[in-house]
Amino acid sequence: MVWIILLAAAVVLFLWGMGLYNGLIGRRKQVDNAWAQIDVQLKRRYDLIPNLVETVKGYAKHESGVLEAVTRARSGAMSVRPGDTGAKIAAETELGSALKGLMIQVEAYPDLKANQNFLALQEELTGTENKISFARQHYNDSATNYNTAIALFPACLLAGMFNFRDVDLWQIADPVERQAVKVQF
Amino acid sequence: MARRTFQELIAANKRNSFILIAGMFALLGVIGAVFGGAYGDPRVGLIAAGGVAGIVFLISWFSGGDILMAVNGAHEIRKSDAPQLWNVVEEMAIAAGLPMPRVFIIDSDAPNAFATGVDPQHAAVAITTGLLEKLKRDEVQGVMAHELAHVRNFDIRYSMLMAVMAGAIVLLSDVFLRSLWFSGGSRRRSNDRDGGGAIMAVFMLIGIVLAILSPVITALIQLAMSRQREYLADASAVEFSRNPEGLASALEKLASDKSPMEANKATAALYIVNPKLGLRGGGTDWFSTHPPIQERIVRLRALN
Repeated sequence: MVWIILLAAAVVLFLWGMGLYNGLIGRRKQVDNAWAQIDVQLKRRYDLIPNLVETVKGYAKHESGVLEAVTRARSGAMSVRPGDTGAKIAAETELGSALKGLMIQVEAYPDLKANQNFLALQEELTGTENKISFARQHYNDSATNYNTAIALFPACLLAGMFNFRDVDLWQIADPVERQAVKVQF
Repeated sequence: MARRTFQELIAANKRNSFILIAGMFALLGVIGAVFGGAYGDPRVGLIAAGGVAGIVFLISWFSGGDILMAVNGAHEIRKSDAPQLWNVVEEMAIAAGLPMPRVFIIDSDAPNAFATGVDPQHAAVAITTGLLEKLKRDEVQGVMAHELAHVRNFDIRYSMLMAVMAGAIVLLSDVFLRSLWFSGGSRRRSNDRDGGGAIMAVFMLIGIVLAILSPVITALIQLAMSRQREYLADASAVEFSRNPEGLASALEKLASDKSPMEANKATAALYIVNPKLGLRGGGTDWFSTHPPIQERIVRLRALN
C-alpha cells in the first residue's frame, strides 16, 4: 500500500516538474520569437534607407555629411555579428539617431518636403519606427516575463539544473542617447 | 482609487473569471445531478448534462466569426483601403505578440468596435465609420488595443463556453419541467427501492426550484463574467499601448455619443460599449453586459 502511494507521489512530482520545465521553454521561445520580430521591423528600415537617401540627395546636395552618416550607420548595423546583442542595440540606436538627424535637416528644404515620393517614404519611415518601438516593447515584456519565471521559487531550482539564463533587455546603453535630440537652426 | 499597475489589474481579473467559470460548471453539474436524482439516478443526469453541453459546444465552435461579420454589415479591408487604421492595428498586434488579424469596416454613424475569433490565428476586428471619424489616432489605437486584448485573452472563446453552458442549463431545466407536466403523479420507477421514493421526492423538489431559478442565475453569472472581461481588456489594452489616456478619452467620446445602432442582443456583449442607446453608458447593476463607462475611465486614469 505504501508503495503505491510513493509511486503516485513520484508521478505527480514528475508531471508537475515537467509542467514547470515546459512553461520555461515556452517562455524562452516567446522571447526568441519577439527578438525575431524586432529583426523583421529593423530589416524594413534597412530596405527603406537607400531609397530615402537617393531622394534626399536630389534636393539637398549640401547635406552630404548627414546622408553619409546615415549610410555608414546602416552598413554598421547590418554588419553586426549575429548573437552580439550589445553591439546590435548600440548600432541600431545609432542608426535611429542618424535618421532623426536627417529628418530634422530635411525641414529646411520645402521642395523636398513637397515631393510625393519623399512624403510616402517619410510616412513609411514613421510607421516603421513605431513598429520597431512596439516590437522592442514586446521583446522587453517577453524577456521580463521569462527572467521572472526563472527567478521564482521553485522554478529557479529547475532553471539551475537545466541552465536557463537571464536574457538581456533592449536598453539604451549610452546615457548620452537619453538626451533629447537637439534642434539647431 | 488606489494606484495599481496594469499587471495587478490583469491578475485580479483572471482570478475573478476563474471563479465565475468554476461557478458555472458547478451549477451545470449540480443541475445534472439533481434532475437525475429526481428520476432515480444522479449519475445519469450528470452524463446527460455533459452530453448536451458537448453537442451545443461543437456546433458553436464551428459556426465561425464570418456569420457575425455578415450580420453586422461589415466588409473586409486591405492595407491600401485604410492605411492608417491598418498601421494602428498592426502596431498593436506587434505589441501584443499576435498575428495580424483580419480588419473589417462597418458603414454606420454609431461609434463602436468589436473583435471575433476563437483564437488569435482566426481573429478579426471590426470598427464603424462613425468611430473612425470621431477619434484621433491615439484613441483608435486604444480601442484597437482593447479589441486585440479580447483576442489574446481568449474572451470570445470564454463567452462562447459560458453561453453554451448557460444554454445547456436552460435546456435541461426546460426539459425537466416539461417532464413533470407530462408524467403527472405516477411514480412507477421506485418499485424496487424501499424509501427511495422519499429521496427522489426531495430531489424532485430541489429540482423544481433549481429549474425555475437557474436561467436567472446563469444570466447573472454570464453578465458578471462579461463585465470582468471588459475591465481585463481595458487593462490589457494599456499593456499593449502603454497609453491609458488614449483609451480613456476614446471611452469619454463614446459615452457622450447619441447615435443609435442596430445590433441583436446576442452580439451586444462583444462590442466595446453596448450598442443599445440606453445601455451605452454601461450599468452599475447586475444586469449590464459592460461596466459603467465612468468607472472604466476612472480605472484607466488611475494607472497614470
